[in-house]
Amino acid sequence: MIEPVLSQLFQTLLAVLVAPLMLGWINNCRAWLQNKSAPGILQPYRTLRKLFHKDAVLAHNASSLFRNAPYLNFGCMVLAASIVPVVETNLPFAHAADAIALVGIFALARVFMALAAMDIGTAFGSLGARREMLVAFLAEPALLMVLFTPALISQSTSLNTMVETLAQREVALSPGLAYAAVAFVMVLLAENARIPIDNPSTHLELTMIHEAMILEYSARHLALIEWASAMKLMIYCAIGIAVFMPWGIAAAGNWPTLPIATVALVVKLMFAGAGLALLETVSAKLRIFRAPEFLGMAFLLGVLGMLTHFLLERA
Amino acid sequence: MPSFDLAPLTLVTGIIVTWILLGVAGVLAPSNLRYVTRVLLPLGGLTALILAAVGVAGMSSDTAARVLPLGLPDLPFHIRLDALAAFFLALLGAVSAGISLFYAGYLRAGEANSPGLTCLQYHLFLASMATIFIADDGYLFMVAWETMALSSYFLVTSNHRDAVTRDAGFLYLLVAHVGAIGILLCFGVLQSGAGDYTFAAMRLIERPTAGWATAAYLLALFGFGAKAGILPLHVWLPEAHPAAPSPVSALMSGVMLKTAIYGMLRVTFDLLNVHMWWWGVLTLSLGLLTALFGVLFAAVQTDMKRLLAYSSIENIGIVLISIGLAITFRAFGMNALASLALVAALYHCLNHAFFKSLLFLVTGSVLHATNERSLGRLGGLIHRMPVVAWLALVGTLAIAGLPPLNGFVSEWLLLQAFLLTPGLPNSYLNMLVPVAAASLALTFALSGYVMVKFYGVIFLGRPREAKLAEAHDAVGCERVGLAWLAVGCIVLGVIPATVILELGNVTSQLVGTNINDSVVASGWLFVTPIAPARASYSPLIFLLVITAVLLIVFLLVRAFYHGRMRRGAAWDCGFPLQTARMQDTAEGFGQPIKQIFEHFFRIERHMPSPFDRAPCYRSRTEDRLWYWLYLPIARAVGRVSGWVGSLQRGRIHIYLIYSFATLILLLLFAR
Repeated sequence: MIEPVLSQLFQTLLAVLVAPLMLGWINNCRAWLQNKSAPGILQPYRTLRKLFHKDAVLAHNASSLFRNAPYLNFGCMVLAASIVPVVETNLPFAHAADAIALVGIFALARVFMALAAMDIGTAFGSLGARREMLVAFLAEPALLMVLFTPALISQSTSLNTMVETLAQREVALSPGLAYAAVAFVMVLLAENARIPIDNPSTHLELTMIHEAMILEYSARHLALIEWASAMKLMIYCAIGIAVFMPWGIAAAGNWPTLPIATVALVVKLMFAGAGLALLETVSAKLRIFRAPEFLGMAFLLGVLGMLTHFLLERA
Repeated sequence: MPSFDLAPLTLVTGIIVTWILLGVAGVLAPSNLRYVTRVLLPLGGLTALILAAVGVAGMSSDTAARVLPLGLPDLPFHIRLDALAAFFLALLGAVSAGISLFYAGYLRAGEANSPGLTCLQYHLFLASMATIFIADDGYLFMVAWETMALSSYFLVTSNHRDAVTRDAGFLYLLVAHVGAIGILLCFGVLQSGAGDYTFAAMRLIERPTAGWATAAYLLALFGFGAKAGILPLHVWLPEAHPAAPSPVSALMSGVMLKTAIYGMLRVTFDLLNVHMWWWGVLTLSLGLLTALFGVLFAAVQTDMKRLLAYSSIENIGIVLISIGLAITFRAFGMNALASLALVAALYHCLNHAFFKSLLFLVTGSVLHATNERSLGRLGGLIHRMPVVAWLALVGTLAIAGLPPLNGFVSEWLLLQAFLLTPGLPNSYLNMLVPVAAASLALTFALSGYVMVKFYGVIFLGRPREAKLAEAHDAVGCERVGLAWLAVGCIVLGVIPATVILELGNVTSQLVGTNINDSVVASGWLFVTPIAPARASYSPLIFLLVITAVLLIVFLLVRAFYHGRMRRGAAWDCGFPLQTARMQDTAEGFGQPIKQIFEHFFRIERHMPSPFDRAPCYRSRTEDRLWYWLYLPIARAVGRVSGWVGSLQRGRIHIYLIYSFATLILLLLFAR
């Protein structure tokens, strides 16, 4: 009884604490690729510490929705982190929410951030909220479609069961899953405000999406938002790893393999981060109205993945 | 007590009579506002609460039927209370309790008709809907159906001095009657020549060929579809809902649309005992089109009530998708899956009744506080109307389908049903399903966009007009009514397993089985529609964990750091001049949708030239169906009427010639 709870706590805390490290790693990789000197892998932690120490400044007309949204956003991400199996597949909490609910959790966090962005009533805030919701309504169905293919293969929407089934299959990447994997990477880029949809390091007014939404935040609220975004990126990578490269994950109750699983996860995350940095270095940011094409492509690939699965594996 | 039993059916009849009496009591003192708002409407709400309780009790009790000593000679009224009727009665009671209370606080003198008359129309509307649910023969059903259409027509046209309202009312009445013809013909086909219009007789008829069953089904789909607002019969919704007073819109959208769903379920699963799989596919496709159409149009609206009306169309589409799936499963004999899809349909009906009524009532409060329906002139109301704003937030999150509120549960169940379709024996159908699931997912995501627009533009940001500074919050009864519906949204979201167990009674009646055993396979906390390993969801744990995490994070941040805070001007990238007009408007929110889904809309844009001294931008987004379907029909009708009209000469000798010619013709034929 106590073991699953411990493993749940271990995994959730791991995700919460390691997330900024992952961000630091990506930033470092990108700096190296771009021939810049890197700020060090711990830089996100320093930024968070700095932000937590500052005094918060709120606009005069900020409502309590604005003040509470960062906490809720953070809470949602912790929740999401605790249902995605990253090192072990026996998560007691995963029974409370499945893959569809996971998409719902992301949507909840996003809607609150968008509403908070509209709360002050600045031009950039509402612009950011609109664009974020635009990207979201294109990316969310794509994500659902991506998750449906493994759900159909494993006959379950529970992430635990999905990962267990996929880890035991001989052919790891069927054609249906391959389509889904490509679509997933595209969704990951869009949902985490990365190039080519958004640029996390820009404050160029007319092109920003995510940054425009959080423009009015400062100090601890901003720190929580930054941390939550780092967690979101990490969770997305973890979902990708768990669904498309589940090798090495510890089976339920198999404690001795846990260290191996953790090492495997770290290695996979490092590769994923390096890959992301590479993608961001070689591609340019799209105009906002090219985003629907990009995400529509992801959506179609997700549907294609499902269709391919129906054609090939059920015939 | 032999003469006085408290059977649910008796109680329901009593409640209907009470409602009618309350209405009549209103007319006795038509202009006494206090009497109506302090006595009659709260009493009506109390009666509705009793109805909700009776409905819930009736869902698990035995079916009861009775013949009333009313009606025409030789044609008495039959009534019957079964699980399906009881469910819809519970829905009607629970939702209208909140609406009646709200109405008690909302009704003002000098707006529209006299309070007493409104009270009569309102309570007749309620009573007729309750009668529809318990009617057990085609005759009583049609009488109640027409009473409902007429009473709601008079409510819609309460503000009849406005020409737009009159037009909207006319359109509503027209579509309602075209639909009623469909239903009437459907009953005609169902009795299949036996001349017995009781539902009991229709159930027993064996239909050897599917042709007549199909005809009955299509007629029902058309007739009830006109009331539900299925594409292409949806046109009256966006006109009638904004025209009606807000509580009436709430009742129409929350409950009246569900009478159509009830009728569809009654005919399809109760009166017809054959099912063809393509009926399901047809319904599913219509549902998908309706849902997608509704949400896209909702996204471009600039009037808050029109936006909600289009969102109702979307939600009816979602219910229709579930029913389509259920029919398909049923046709292939997969009754457990059919009951899952039906549970999704019924659950969504219930959810939609709660959150849509809540939001329509919210628009009523906003309308009374600001006199403004256009989203372009609202904003920042969370500061002036905090109670309404927070209650509206519950409804907004629920309708956007976000966990742990109720909208998510039915969406989740429906997606689960979709994921089970690979079991279908027809491989073409299997190909169709991913596409359908994809457009459903797109609809869900878009509804999130729409609701962020709705809430953000009305309640957040800066007030777009100076007069909004005088807006006042809802008080008294209005608050209680809103809070009741908001609590309903939360409760339905948090205890899905309990609700699904109750719905099991309905599905047992309709498809002969239920999913009760598997739903609570891992305890009442978890919903596991098929098996625990397959999918499980527990909103209560979800809610507890998120609250715990929130508290921990909050306390940790406060304990390790500090809670210091300053207020300052908004940053906005350092722009010094910021006005409320620089915020995104509803128009701005619709713009990406217009651009991406350009072909869905008929857009008329007026762009100013660069040299224009007084530039003005106008854009009208219209429904193409008006031009493709309705206007041609209207023109054709006009032309035919013109021909018929040219017979009318207004001179007596012409008419005498007509009579003479007719007589000669008749003599020729009768010879």
